[in-house]
Amino acid sequence: MSLALREAMIGFRRAPMLSVLSITTIAFSLFAFGLFSLVAINLRSALQQVESRVEIRGFLEEGVSAEAVADAMQVIGSYPEVARVEYVSPEQALERAREELKEFRDVFEAGFLPGSLDIRLREGSRDPVKVAEVAQRIRGFNFVNDVRFGAEWIQKLYTIRNIATAAGIILGLAFAAVAVIIISATIRMAVMARAREISIMRLVGATDGFIRRPFLIEGFIKGVLGGGLALLLTWIASLVISKYFIQTEFFAPSLAMLGLLGGAVIGVAGSALSVGRQIRQVS
Amino acid sequence: MIRFSHVHKEYPRTGVALNDVSFAVNRGEFVFLTGPSGAGKSSILKLIYMDELPTKGDVMVSGTHSTGVKRKAISLLRRKLGVVFQDFRLLEDRSVEANVAFALEVIGTPREKIRPKVARLLTQVGLASKATNVPRELSGGEQQRVAIARALVNDPFVLVADEPTGNLDDRATRGVFQLLREINAAGTAVVMATHNLELVKRENLRVLEINRGQVVYDSNDDKGRAPELTP
Ligand SMILES: Nc1ncnc2c1ncn2[C@@H]1O[C@H](COP(=O)(O)OP(=O)(O)OP(=O)(O)O)[C@@H](O)[C@H]1O
Ligand SMILES: [Mg+2]
Repeated sequence: MSLALREAMIGFRRAPMLSVLSITTIAFSLFAFGLFSLVAINLRSALQQVESRVEIRGFLEEGVSAEAVADAMQVIGSYPEVARVEYVSPEQALERAREELKEFRDVFEAGFLPGSLDIRLREGSRDPVKVAEVAQRIRGFNFVNDVRFGAEWIQKLYTIRNIATAAGIILGLAFAAVAVIIISATIRMAVMARAREISIMRLVGATDGFIRRPFLIEGFIKGVLGGGLALLLTWIASLVISKYFIQTEFFAPSLAMLGLLGGAVIGVAGSALSVGRQIRQVS
Repeated sequence: MIRFSHVHKEYPRTGVALNDVSFAVNRGEFVFLTGPSGAGKSSILKLIYMDELPTKGDVMVSGTHSTGVKRKAISLLRRKLGVVFQDFRLLEDRSVEANVAFALEVIGTPREKIRPKVARLLTQVGLASKATNVPRELSGGEQQRVAIARALVNDPFVLVADEPTGNLDDRATRGVFQLLREINAAGTAVVMATHNLELVKRENLRVLEINRGQVVYDSNDDKGRAPELTP
């Protein structure tokens, strides 16, 4: 192992530009992935905040009986998606509106606002589909005039998040493929740089597996360095965005480790892809 | 130990290099391969360490047959033989001892066994005092001794030498040849291709003369003189 490591280091020394090229391509592929992932995780946490406030509000017809309301609350409360149902009387609604919109408090008059049932959903049932579904059921009560929920813009946020995730994955994969190809191409040159060693290894009876090992280690090290560089770039990007645009959160340490792992996978895969073929060219 | 049975070798672009070659080398023998340039001497040596495989026929070396041989088996075979060349093939950026140690490291020899072995081999080839020098600080003869030390790391049963003195002056040639004789005296067979007919004439050793891909003379069969050695 330490021998393979030493030979890998010799590889770096013999072809420094090649190594820099490999590391940079890995870094950029993961940086592209990282940026979109950053958008995705930030949207995700924004969504979680929004979702926790999601409420469905069913506005009640004037003069509906307290009994009917109580029955409806019972039924709605038994839906598996529903965390809590609350009755807001017209008086409370008025009070609340005056509270929230102080500037307009005199505009609101008694009887101006209808009573409502405010429904809060359980965690895990707050995605747009479920919300719309529950809202539909609420609409089914004949004394419910209208149902409101933040459907549209939740839907929009979700869409943006999905697009960001997909774009990140597609771009990341595309860049990763490019990185793998570039690395496997550089292996050819790396093998040439060590042709002497390889032919001697052959001659004295080293196995192909053994001859391959330094190149895989080289790929691993380049991958981890590339992953580290990508993390650094993404981190700088998140600082810049936080400073000039909006507060963004960075990857959790475990996710950041995944970046290094991704680099290692790209580095080793790229090397493994062509090293076998290349070392066979050396006699 | 080594047996060629009706070996034919054809290269893709140059055509037939060996044509029905059969011979055997026994344990502890010293064999010269002679013959004009392009005769097929190097090809025979490559077939011995299985860098090339026969187009037809079979090569058997220490129980390993070329017919259907696996890459892994070739690697393992090479640990039982040593190979040296005219151009030494040393690693220029490593010391003499690192060059010799390298051959042991890459087949997974335990570290603690490597140092004493390298020291012993360098003493054997008379280079103990140059252990930390790099190849370019050595004479040609000394570099070839390093290559020989490297070929001997696994106590091979045969040393395959392709014109080992081809790049050396007379003095160095004598020194390197003397070393090969010592190694042979210690029980290692030597198969040596050479153009140095004076050397071959001087020694009373087995000669295989190759011409146009065939064995045209074997001193073991014929007590007369090889065509090439006839004045
Ligand atoms: N790798 C190869 N590819 C194609 N042809 C080859 C190869 N090696 C040898 N040959 C051909 O095989 C024939 C024998 O070559 P070989 O090297 O065995 O000769 P040799 O006896 O060692 O010659 P020399 O004394 O010049 O070293 C030559 O015609 C050569 O062109
Ligand atoms: Mg030759």
